Amino acid sequence: MARMSSPTAAQKFHAYANPARFMALSARLLMPLWILSALVIAVGLWYALFNSPPDYQQSETVRIMYVHVPSAWLSMFGYSVMAVASAVALIFRHPLADVAAKSAAPLGAAFTFLALATGSLWGKPMWGTWWEWDARMTSVLILLFLYLGYMALWATIEDPLRAARAAAVLALAGAINIPVIRYSVVWWNTLHQPASVFRIDGPTIAPSMLLPLGLMAVGFTLLFITLHLVKMRAEILRRRVRNLRLARAASAGEG
Amino acid sequence: MSRAFFALLLRDIRLAAGVGGGGGMAVFFFLVVVAIVPLGVGPDRPMLERLAPGMLWVALLLAALLTLDRLFQADNEDGSLDLLSAGPLPLELVAVAKSLAHWLVTGLPLVIAAPVLGLLLSLPPETMPSLILAMLVGTPALSFIGAVGAALTVGIRRGGLLASLLVLPFYIPVLIFGVGAASAASAGFEGEAGRQALLLLGAITLGSLVIGPFGAAAALRANLR
Repeated sequence: MARMSSPTAAQKFHAYANPARFMALSARLLMPLWILSALVIAVGLWYALFNSPPDYQQSETVRIMYVHVPSAWLSMFGYSVMAVASAVALIFRHPLADVAAKSAAPLGAAFTFLALATGSLWGKPMWGTWWEWDARMTSVLILLFLYLGYMALWATIEDPLRAARAAAVLALAGAINIPVIRYSVVWWNTLHQPASVFRIDGPTIAPSMLLPLGLMAVGFTLLFITLHLVKMRAEILRRRVRNLRLARAASAGEG
Repeated sequence: MSRAFFALLLRDIRLAAGVGGGGGMAVFFFLVVVAIVPLGVGPDRPMLERLAPGMLWVALLLAALLTLDRLFQADNEDGSLDLLSAGPLPLELVAVAKSLAHWLVTGLPLVIAAPVLGLLLSLPPETMPSLILAMLVGTPALSFIGAVGAALTVGIRRGGLLASLLVLPFYIPVLIFGVGAASAASAGFEGEAGRQALLLLGAITLGSLVIGPFGAAAALRANLR
């Protein structure tokens, strides 16, 4: 008989593989997460819109940055979640990993689209153009295509288990794009502004702007996590319905 | 094992070149697309000359995409794929053999046709050697990356279009660097940058030669079970 010691990390990892346990835990977490996300985003927006200085070059339009940059960060974060979950699904066969990957995709795609749209709205007054085929914008557009292709693959294969493994391969293949986006402004000096926050020498952005930026980023991340849990729960329920339907069809055939 | 590899390679080449293999269809499609471009954008020669390398690459991409679903689908339908997965060759080498056959039967003829068709687009003859070189370096990447897309959608009805959509984001860097390497003065790639583009294109191809078969084999295993 095993010793009654506290569970190891591996045991906990597999403990939460049980969908029922995940459903119970996520049900308890959802409302606090919703409230926290709303709070942080509200505070961040207040700072962004009212309590931070206008840029010396761009005046008030710089405030689009407080939505554009966190959206872009979240688009890459979403793909990273998808890629890590896909790797876990393929290597460890964790039952909830492919659910996590599938749920992250539409959220990541939405943030990517938001980043592209707000960037376009910002680019028109700043650079005089709605769109430019520079390195970063092109690679973010490719990221959007990768998300859409991933979602299309899930939607086309009927068996969820088969779809899960195929989609995991696709997500991992596309993961190369994330470092490409991150370093695209370093490798190619084209139109988009180079890195100013996550740099080796430290951020070059003013602290009064860094605070609302950080708040919005944290708020968006919390929102992502909340919506991610919602979608995972929906996917688990969807699979239960599918299994029930299949069981009913099978028993009807034998009747 | 190498005998099995070459046997599979020769089999695929013979199948593709024979009746019902669609060997010449890609070149025919290439011809048609190149022919309708001037009909669409107008026959202004200087403009066509600037467009030519890019349009040739786009048409090449489309022609390659068109033939992707034949890579594994036909074998899957008659059960050969199951036999291959149980045979002496690991699935990764099966993917290598099939991608190589695809390149030899589809990619190479397209590369040979490209300079000739470039004349339809007023391609300057002095850029033809660099175009051929760029396409020779880049088209294996199209076959090997395309194999991953074909493997992901094998067994799906009308999966060919989905396969094309899935691999297109991965084809975009090949397109960008391919056009850059093909034309000295297009898209801002001049002299040194053109050489850099060719080197990057080579890097992408070499990487796809290794990573593509592993991805395709993993996707095949996912779809065959």
